[in-house]
Order: sequence, then C-alpha cells, then structure tokens
Amino acid sequence: MVKKRSKHYNFAFLDEGSKRVIRRALLKAVAIPGYQVPFGSRELPIGRGWGTGGLQITLSVIGPGDVLKVIDQGSDDSVNALSIRNFVTACTGVETTTDSGEATLIQSRHRIPEAPLKAGQIMALQVPMPEPLRLVEPHEAVTRVMHAEMDYAPMWLALYESIVRTGDIELGADYPVMVEDRYMMMPSPIPRFDNHKLHMSPALFLFGAGREKKIYALPPYTRVVSLAFDDHPFRVESTHGRVCRLCGAADVYFDEFFDSATGGRLYQCSDSGYCEKRRRAGARATEPAAPTA
Amino acid sequence: MAYVAVTGGREAVKNAAVLLERNRAAGDGDVGLDALEKRLGLLIDRVMSEAGLYAPRCAALALRQSEGSPEEAVFLLRAYRSTLTRAYKSLPLDCEDMTLHRRISAAFKDIPGGQFLGATYDYTHRLLDFEPPEARAGGGGGGELSHEAPVRAPRVTRELRREGLIAEKDGGGAEPRDITMDPLSFPAERSARLQTLTRADTGFLSGLAYAGIRGFGPSHPTVGELRTGELEVLLVHPLFEGETISAGVIVVTEVEALFSEESAEAKREARDDPLLRMEAGQGDKADKSSAGLSLGMGYGLVLGRNDTKAIAMSVMDYFLSSPGDGILQNQEFVLLHGDCLEMNGFISHLKLPHYVTFQSKLDRVRRGSPEGTGSAGSNGNESGSLPEL
Amino acid sequence: MNNITGNPAFALELNELTVRYGPGCPSCGESPESLDRNRCPVCGSVWAVRGVSLRAREGETLGIVGESGSGKSTLMRALHLDEAPTSGAYFLDGGEENLFGVSPRRRRYIRDSLLGMVYQNPYLGLRMFFSSGANVAEKLIAAGSRNVRGMTERAEYLFRYMEIPFSRVKEPPRNFSGGMQQRVQIAKAVANNPPVLLLDEVTTGLDLSVQARVLDLIKRVQREFGVTMIVVSHDLAVVRLLADRTAVMRDGVIIEQGLTDRILEDPRHVYTQTLVNSML
Repeated sequence: MVKKRSKHYNFAFLDEGSKRVIRRALLKAVAIPGYQVPFGSRELPIGRGWGTGGLQITLSVIGPGDVLKVIDQGSDDSVNALSIRNFVTACTGVETTTDSGEATLIQSRHRIPEAPLKAGQIMALQVPMPEPLRLVEPHEAVTRVMHAEMDYAPMWLALYESIVRTGDIELGADYPVMVEDRYMMMPSPIPRFDNHKLHMSPALFLFGAGREKKIYALPPYTRVVSLAFDDHPFRVESTHGRVCRLCGAADVYFDEFFDSATGGRLYQCSDSGYCEKRRRAGARATEPAAPTA
Repeated sequence: MAYVAVTGGREAVKNAAVLLERNRAAGDGDVGLDALEKRLGLLIDRVMSEAGLYAPRCAALALRQSEGSPEEAVFLLRAYRSTLTRAYKSLPLDCEDMTLHRRISAAFKDIPGGQFLGATYDYTHRLLDFEPPEARAGGGGGGELSHEAPVRAPRVTRELRREGLIAEKDGGGAEPRDITMDPLSFPAERSARLQTLTRADTGFLSGLAYAGIRGFGPSHPTVGELRTGELEVLLVHPLFEGETISAGVIVVTEVEALFSEESAEAKREARDDPLLRMEAGQGDKADKSSAGLSLGMGYGLVLGRNDTKAIAMSVMDYFLSSPGDGILQNQEFVLLHGDCLEMNGFISHLKLPHYVTFQSKLDRVRRGSPEGTGSAGSNGNESGSLPEL
Repeated sequence: MNNITGNPAFALELNELTVRYGPGCPSCGESPESLDRNRCPVCGSVWAVRGVSLRAREGETLGIVGESGSGKSTLMRALHLDEAPTSGAYFLDGGEENLFGVSPRRRRYIRDSLLGMVYQNPYLGLRMFFSSGANVAEKLIAAGSRNVRGMTERAEYLFRYMEIPFSRVKEPPRNFSGGMQQRVQIAKAVANNPPVLLLDEVTTGLDLSVQARVLDLIKRVQREFGVTMIVVSHDLAVVRLLADRTAVMRDGVIIEQGLTDRILEDPRHVYTQTLVNSML
C-alpha cells in the first residue's frame, strides 16, 4: 500500500541535520552493543512516551524503497500502531505491510514478531525506560558510573532478595539482559517470551527512548543472555496448554480474553500479522474456540 | 462469542478525529486569531514559554487547534519547531536594555528609576465580570494613565553588586549548552539548568518553589527585582562585519531573587575542613565567627509575561546552585520531571494498551500465588518491582 | 623508600602513605615541622596521614590506636581503597601492582574479593532494608557468585558461626540490636574468605557486655579464618585483646610501633605513656 506524501514537511518529517545527529548516535550504539548513547532527542507530532524514540529511529533510517511494518502489542491494527504508521507514510510515502517477512523496517512496541527475523531487516523498538539499573538506583549520574565499572552487583542483589522473599524473580516484561557479557540492557517491554529472539539474531535491533534521550543497539549475531542464577534459570511466561482460538497456533505469545458466558479464558495470537498469515495458508483452530477453565 | 477482541483501530482513530473536529467547530463563529493572540495574551505567553519558541501567531494557531489546551498547544509548537533548521544564534541580550512595561522590587521601597506596576492583576479584585470589555467604564480603552513607565532603568542589584554583597553564581561568560541539541548530563552546568527551568511547566515549577519556601528547601527568597519589558533580538550580520540585523522584539520577564547565605569564605572553610568530613561530629568545628553572611542570588527569565513562573524559576535556580542533599536541590529530580511534553506524554501513554506486559505480570502473579491473591508490582517500569536497595 | 613491588613476606604492605586535604604549599610540603598539629598555618591544608608505613604477615593482627582526628579513619579508608591518597604504595600478598594506581573496575574487584571491612556505624556497612541473608550474599555476588542455594547456605553457615539466630536470616538488620548488627557486618565481611579484614572501631558505642561478646567472636574469626587483620580503635583495651603488634598514631603520623605487649608495658613516647596510663 503506497500513499502520497505531504508536501508541507521534509521527507520523513525531521530536517536532514537532525537525522544525521540520530544516525551518528545509532552508529555509535551499533559499535558498542548494549551501551546507551545519549542523543539530542527531537520533539515529534506524537506524544513523548508514545514511541518517539522508536519513531525517530524509523524516520532517520527510512528511505523511499523501504517496506514498513508498525506493530503495537503485536497488532498492526491497534490504535497507536495505526497512528504511527499513518504518520510515517504521510511524510515518506513508503509501502507498508503486515507481513513481518516482507518488511525491511519494523517499528514495534512491546513485541518481536513470532516469525524469525532475517538478515538485512531492521527492528526499531520503542523504549520507555532504557536504564535497567533504574530498578535499583534512581540517579543517572550514578548509573552511568555503574555501567562504566560494570558494577552490576546491586542489580543481582535485588534479584537475589526477590527470590529469598518471594521464591521468584518478580519481574514481568522488560526483563533485563546482559549483552556480550559487558552491558546490562533493557530489551524494552517485550514479554520474557521474546527475549531469546534477541540472541544471535541475524537482524539489526535498534532501541530508541525519546523522552529519556537514549539510543542503543544490538548488531546482528550479538550474544544476549537474560539475567539468571545458576540454580534459578530464566523462565518465560507459560503458554502451556494454550492454543490460538483463530489459527490453532501453540507456543506463541497470547492475548487473553474472558468468556463471560462460560467464565473460562480464551487465547488468541498476540502477533496479528502472524495469525493472519497462518489463516491465509489454511490453518484453523483444531477445536472451535474451546474455552479452557 | 461473548467478547470480541478490540480490532478496527482504523475506524476508531478516524471517528476520534471526526469528533474532535466537531468540538473545534462547535458554537457560532470562529475564534479570531487576532483576538486570541491579543486578548488571551497571558495564555499565549505561557504556551510560548513552555514551548521555548517565541511565536505569538503560531501559539494562537496552536491554541485554536487544541481547544485551548495549553499542553496540546505547547506540543504543537515543539513538534513544529523540530522541523525548522536553525540558521543563526542571536547575540546575548542584556535585560538592563529592556524597554520596561513593569518593574517592582520587594527589597527596597525606593529604587533608582522607580517602581511601576504595569498591567497586573495583583491589585484587582477577582470578581467575575459579566459585561464584555467594550461595555466597561472607559469604553474598552481603560481610561487615561496618570503615570508612564520609565523607559529604561538600571537593575536594583547593581548597587548591591558594587558593594560586593552578592555572591555570583557559576557559569557566567561561558558559551551556553543548547539543551535542545545536546541532552542534559549530570551534574548539569548552570546554562543547562537555566534553559531547562525556563522551559519547564509553570505549575510544576511553582509547586516545587512553593514546597521549597514552605520548608522543604534551604532558604527563603526576597524578590530583589521583577521586570517585564521588550528586548530587541539581534543577529550578527552574515556578510558585513561589525553590523547586526534585528530579528524582532520579544517580551520577557526577569526576576532576581535574593537569599541570605554564608559567605563564600565560610562555605570554603566548611567544605575544606577535613576534620569535619573525616570524623563527622567528632573533630573540632572550625571557628566561623569571622566568616559572615552574603547575599545569594537566584535568576529567573521567562518568555512573555508570567510573574509566578519567573519567580519560581529564580527560587529553583538558587536551590539547585546551593549545596545540600534536599530533594529540591537534586538536579535530576528537578530538571528531569518538569518538561510539559515529557510529563504529559509519559502520563498519557498509560492510556495505551499494555496487554502484553500485563499478561507477563499476570503470569508472575498467577504462578506466585495460585489463588490469584498476589499483587503485580509497579514502580513506573514495565518490569515490575524489585526490593529497594 | 617506595618499592615498586610488594615483599612476598607480607600479606599486607603499605609504604609511605600520605593523604592531604587542600592544595598544599611550599611551606608545608617541604618542612612538615611547620605544621600546627596536622594543619598548615599558611595554606590551611590538612595532612591527615603523613608517611605511614605498615607491614603485616599472613594471619597477623595489627592494631592502630589514636584519638579522634589522629588520621586512623582516613588510613582505614585508604586501606579499603575508599580514599585516593596523595602519595604512597599499597600491596597485598607480595603482589606486583600498587593498589592505589589501579583502574576503578579493578579497585572494585579488590574491595569485593580481597578485602573485608567492618565499620563502626553499621549503616555504612549494611543495607538496612534488605534481609540479613542478602547482606551476606551481596559480598558473594560482588565476587561473582550466581548460585542462590550456595549463597543462602553460606549465609546460614555464617549466621550459625556468628551466633545469630538462624530464624533471623530473612529479617532486615534494622530490626536488630547494635551487637547483632555488628555480627551481621562481620559475617558479610568474611563471607568470601578475604585474606584481609579491616575493623574500624567495631565495638565503640556498644554496651560493655555486648562488646566483650563481639570481641570474643572476632578472636574466633582471627583463629579459625587465618585472616590478616587491621584493627583500628581509640581503646587500648581492644587492641590489647586482639593485636599482635600495635602502632600509635597522632596528628597523621605513627609515633611509635612494636609488639603490643611491649607498647603496653614499656611505652616510649610521652603520648603513648599518657594513653597507657589513662587506660589503667
């Protein structure tokens, strides 16, 4: 789907000087995987906290030949994904897709597509809180020194204490990782289920935090390991016994619905593009939407 | 099917736009841009100040487009400014050159050049007026003035400076950092602090300064001088050496607030006394009787007319320049949380769907407490919470 | 006489440590005799520690006594690498690197793995809102352990050893008495068997009976962990109980050092004589 772009603004909205500033930060980020590069974050027509970091990356790297996919919560059709996609197409005129396999550039909030990414693809993730150490230290001046000295003991201590108190690590999505045994990094609020997709991926991952004015990156084939203790391994969200009510997929991340008629729960692929593609290829739920108790 | 997953985002976004358009077009007749700009001047000033962009007509456009929401209007101006190339830097402005509209001092009764209230609500009675302006006494023009403002006047603090009573703050003369191009880093230099404060949300800044003066800050201010007036913005001529070009005239409000503090010598002694640092409370305290007091100054300067914000800025400038561990002296706390766009953007993003992260939280809670009685932690981070160190 | 590597005979070696606060000037730099106690009357600089050298063999305990302001706390902070010295060299276990010159990351490693510190004020040494067990684990985590069960078992073992009721391992130290907090600090300090333990006024401010029990515990640790200790105190009685050898500090310099018994029985410096007399 190609749209005609607005004549009132520059290609991809930002002026070329701003794009260069952001691309320089991206290059530095790629050169030091997992390191947070401060950058002169620009104000955009969408809200701070609504994906301006990811969007600035998209706008800085996009060219007329790109094919764009925008997702929020896994869905191409959610309101914020639409709003961002409409904005980017309005100021670039690029082609868009819902098929992650066809996209050259994917901007996402909270999910990494289920279908494995390929070499040459760029994934721009929106980041609300880029600093993993913010969980244990509020001051930026301190956390920068902690990264420099690789002083990650306070974070590990907090995880240990969480296990001692509750028997488990009390972290949900946005579960921190170690990059190449050097930098501790927030993967953006993707579910733990998606963390492994970062490890040794052939695609380039770019992370943008607009409000916090930080950019970081994982170049292709980077080692990314979720924080865990030897005897307390990293665990992803359980998908056990669940299948998508539409396409029958198992072992994917699900949206959950309550069936008010039966009181049971229903599940559906969170990645709407993936689900759609499976159904186009003929996949169906084996049992017709049987609610599980 | 009892529950249908939310789809049709396309329709929803389109319908929201239609409804907004109805609000904007409600009632009889358009809101004239000229009236907006001239008669809602204080609102225009506030929007320009928080946007960091002096453009009254654009601010009027933005307010008309946003049903009068100042934060939406600030947002529009900031986003518009992102697309503009910056071609020039102005020469430094000196507020002593100001063509005065208003000038008061709370420190001295009689000041060289005199005090002049100018257009202020300070001494009006806030009685809701049911008549249109044209129907009021004086026929809309407001009647005759008995005094004119002094055109120019030296700052009140000039005399105090000459006496050597004012402890100058750091950062004078250095090339300022442009926080819109180069993000804040900590500790932030004074130029970066002042820029951040002058663009801060009016309510945020006033609230912090109020809390500080009530007792959560180190000191109580006296407004040495508050002045509002016009300044001409000049650029170096790109071709003819030694010549300048006028870029136009802006209205600003400047405040110099005075605080009594230990003199520089006294502070140095306290800081350098290693016995005090080394064995806190055990060593002999240095004898400070000779050191005495001096005046500390906080500086406020905001675009347009906004007395409260300018005073609050001067108070916060002083707090941030004073040594101490109070929360209002903590640079990261004060400077990172007062930007209109950032605070409103982040708070409002909570309205976005968080299905994925909430599922992840639910997974933790259900696993941790089979009865579903656990609580999903939250400390502003999608991860949830960890024990606090 | 600054050597460039450590002497293998010593577990801890400190050569000519000087810590100055303030700019220094030709007057105080060249003629230390011109100081007013430890302060330069010309430039106001304070020479908190001047030319202090210490040597301790493995398993030996070195006592340092002196009044407030004598520089012993500054010396202790320098030994724990919390204070950047003006000059001096510091070696552990006959090593080749001067620990005062290492990178911040290396410094952190040394502090976490080779040194243990017990502070007078438990708020400096403990995270008061974390479980006591986690406080012990912190030292193990910092030294690289990533095994929850292993760390928990080590914490439990040390709690038994330090005679802290096992039931309190999940409680935060802020609920504990002063003596109990010092026990947790000691457990934390020795958690990963560091070769050197630094004790800074650990019994000051405790009731006498509690003091005696904490000192007993330290003596046990001394015997059974084979650790080299530096014990700083203003109290000669503490040093008499724990230290093999003792140095007396005043105004930033060591005025007398030798075997603890000798210092107590035959003090040579007038100041030391005053100290000994006041104890008796």
